[in-house]
Amino acid sequence: MFIGFFYLMRARGLGVSLNEWITLMEGLLEGLHGSTISGFYNLCRAVLVKSEADYDKYHQVFLEYFEDVPFGEALPETVLQWLSNKEEALKDFKAFLETQGYDEKTAEEILEQFRQRLKEQTEEHNGGSRWIGTGGYTNFGHSGHSPQGIRVAGESRYRRAFQVLGDRRYRDFRKDNLLDIRQFQMAFRLLRQYSDRVNEAATEFDVEGTVRKTCDNAGTLSVQYKKPRRNTVKVILLMDSGGSMDYYSGLCSMLFQAAERSNHFKELHTYYFHNCIFGAVYKDPRLTYTSAVSTDWLLKNFGSDYKVIIVGDALMDMYELIARHYDRLLGEAKYSGFDWLYRFKEQYPHIIWLNPEKPPRPGGYWGQSYAKIAEIFPMFPLTVEGLEQGMKKLLVSK
Amino acid sequence: MNAAFRGTDQYVASQDLLGAVNIAIALKKPLLIKGEPGTGKTMLAQAVADALGKKLIIWSVKSTTKAQDGLYVYDVVQRLYDSQFGNAGVDDIAKYIKLGKLGEAFSSEEQTVLLIDEVDKADLEFPNDLLWELDKMEFYIPETKETVKAKQRPIVIITSNAEKELPDAFLRRCIFHYIAFPEPEQMEKIIRVHFDTLDEAVLRQAMDAFYWVRSLSDVEKKPSTSELVDWIRALQLSGIDPDRIIKEIPFAGVLLKKDKDVTNMQRRLG
Repeated sequence: MFIGFFYLMRARGLGVSLNEWITLMEGLLEGLHGSTISGFYNLCRAVLVKSEADYDKYHQVFLEYFEDVPFGEALPETVLQWLSNKEEALKDFKAFLETQGYDEKTAEEILEQFRQRLKEQTEEHNGGSRWIGTGGYTNFGHSGHSPQGIRVAGESRYRRAFQVLGDRRYRDFRKDNLLDIRQFQMAFRLLRQYSDRVNEAATEFDVEGTVRKTCDNAGTLSVQYKKPRRNTVKVILLMDSGGSMDYYSGLCSMLFQAAERSNHFKELHTYYFHNCIFGAVYKDPRLTYTSAVSTDWLLKNFGSDYKVIIVGDALMDMYELIARHYDRLLGEAKYSGFDWLYRFKEQYPHIIWLNPEKPPRPGGYWGQSYAKIAEIFPMFPLTVEGLEQGMKKLLVSK
Repeated sequence: MNAAFRGTDQYVASQDLLGAVNIAIALKKPLLIKGEPGTGKTMLAQAVADALGKKLIIWSVKSTTKAQDGLYVYDVVQRLYDSQFGNAGVDDIAKYIKLGKLGEAFSSEEQTVLLIDEVDKADLEFPNDLLWELDKMEFYIPETKETVKAKQRPIVIITSNAEKELPDAFLRRCIFHYIAFPEPEQMEKIIRVHFDTLDEAVLRQAMDAFYWVRSLSDVEKKPSTSELVDWIRALQLSGIDPDRIIKEIPFAGVLLKKDKDVTNMQRRLG
C-alpha cells in the first residue's frame, strides 16, 4: 500500500527503512490513522520521520505524493457556508484587506485572483470540498501578493485543514539553514564523541575489572588496566580574514566562539591568513605584523596528529596560488600558495576546508581557485550539515 | 488495547502529541520525544502514567550512565567482602544481582510507564546498547543464567534534548515526536492549569511581553514555559500595574538567566 510514497520519500532523501514501513502498516491495520487524512499524516510522520529537521521535507513529499487524493475530511461548517455564499464572503474579505492597509487597487487585484481560483475550484473540484482545492488557497496565500492577508483569512476559515496541511511550520529546522553558536558547538561536539578511547594506551587502573578478574581467579589478584576516557582531539583552526571574507565575518566569529567555548578539545590553536596560506600566519585577525608566526614554525611544532580546519571562501586570483612573490613577509619567497597548501595536506591526514561561500559557477573567474582548492582538500559548506559532515571527516583517516 | 491518553488536568497536550503517544502505545514501540527545554518532555511521562493509572519508573540518564546500569548491577565488591567473613549466602549469586530501572520495569507484575530521561546525555553508544532489550523486552543475566522478561510490556517514553545525534538503528525502532514551542493559545491553556486565580490583564500583558522577548534575536537563552509561570507568579504577588508589564518588563531576571540577555533586552526596550 502506498509503496510509491515509500520510494518517493527515499528518493527525496528521507532515510525511511523497511522496518519503519512495516510498523506503519501495522499502525494502519490497527486503525491508528482514524481514517482521516490528517490522522494519516500524523501517523506517517510519527513512525517514519525521526528528526524535526526533516519535518519540512516530509511535509513537501507528502503533498507531492498525495496531491491528487480527494480530501475526504468534512470541512468546517464555516468553510462550507463561506463557499456557498462567495460574493458575500469576498466583500468581507475585501474590507478585511483594507483594514490591513492594502489600498483599494491591490485589494481588488488580490480578490480577482482569488475569485478566479475559486471559479476553477467550483468547476473542477466540486464545490471546493476537496483537499487540492483547499490546498489551492493555501498556495495562493503563500505564493504571493498578500501572504498575510490571505493567510489570516485562511486560518480563520479553514482551521484544521489549512493549518495541518498547508502551513510549513517546521521550515526553520531544516539543516541547510545557516547556524547559531549553539548549533556550531553541537557540531564540534561530534569531534569528541568519536575520539573517546582512541589513540591511547590502557594506562588507568580499572578497579571494577580487577575485582571481577580477581573473583574469577578465586581470590588471586589480577590487576586490570583500562583506557582513559579522555578527549585527545587537538585542533588547529585557520581562518581567512579580510577582503571577500568580510561578508561572512559574523558567521566566522560565531564559528570561532563556538570552537573557543568547546572546551573539550585537548588543544585549540587559531591562526588567521588572507586568501591563501603563505609563509606566515597571524595570531591577530587584523593580520598585524607583530602577530605573525612563521608557517614553517607551525608545521614543525604541530605534528600530524592535529586536526586542521581551514575556513575560507577559496575565492582568489589564480596568481595567488601559482606565483611565488606573494610569500614575501619572512625571508625569501620560495613557495607558491599551492606549495603551502600541499605542505599542509601532506602533513595533516585530518584536514578539511569549510566554505561559507556557495560554489561559484564552474569555469568562471572565481570558479578556478575554488575548484582547485576543492580538489586539494575535502570542502564542506559552513552550515550545520556541512560542519557535521566535516567533523565526521576529521575522525577518519584520509 | 490500552485506554487512549487524552491529557490530564495538570498537563495540556496538543492533538499531535496525543496522537503520537497513542500510536506508540498501540504499536508497542518506544516513544522518542524531542523539543526545546521547558516544553514539558519529562512531565509527559508523569501525565501518561497518571492518566492511565500506571506506575511511573524514571531512569535519569547522566553522562556516566551505561546501558548495563539500567538492566542490573552485579555487586561483586559486596560479594568479595562477604566472602572474607564467610557470611551466609555468598554462594548465591542472585543475592548480589540488583535490578536497574529497566529490569524493575520488566519484572513488575503490572504494566508500568518507563521514562528514560535525557537519553542524549550518555555516551554515543548508549542507545545502541539498549536495542535488543527494548525490542525484545528481555535481557539475560549470565551470572545467574536467568532471563528477565517483561511480564507486561512497559510503555517506554524517551526524552532527548538533541545534544547528540542518536544512532539510526535506535531511531528506526522509535516513534518520534517533536514538541514544538507552544503557540500563544496553547500557552494560555498551560498557564491556566498552573494558576487557580489569574488576573486577566496580567496574563494578557505577560503573554505579549513573553513572546516579544522570545522573538528578540539577540537573546541567547530564550525563556521557556517554566520561566513564564514563575514570572507571572512574581507579577501577581507584587501586584504591579498590568500596563507597566510590557513597557518595563519588571523582574526580567526571572525570565532571562543571562546578564547579557537582560542587557540586550533592556536596550531593545529603549
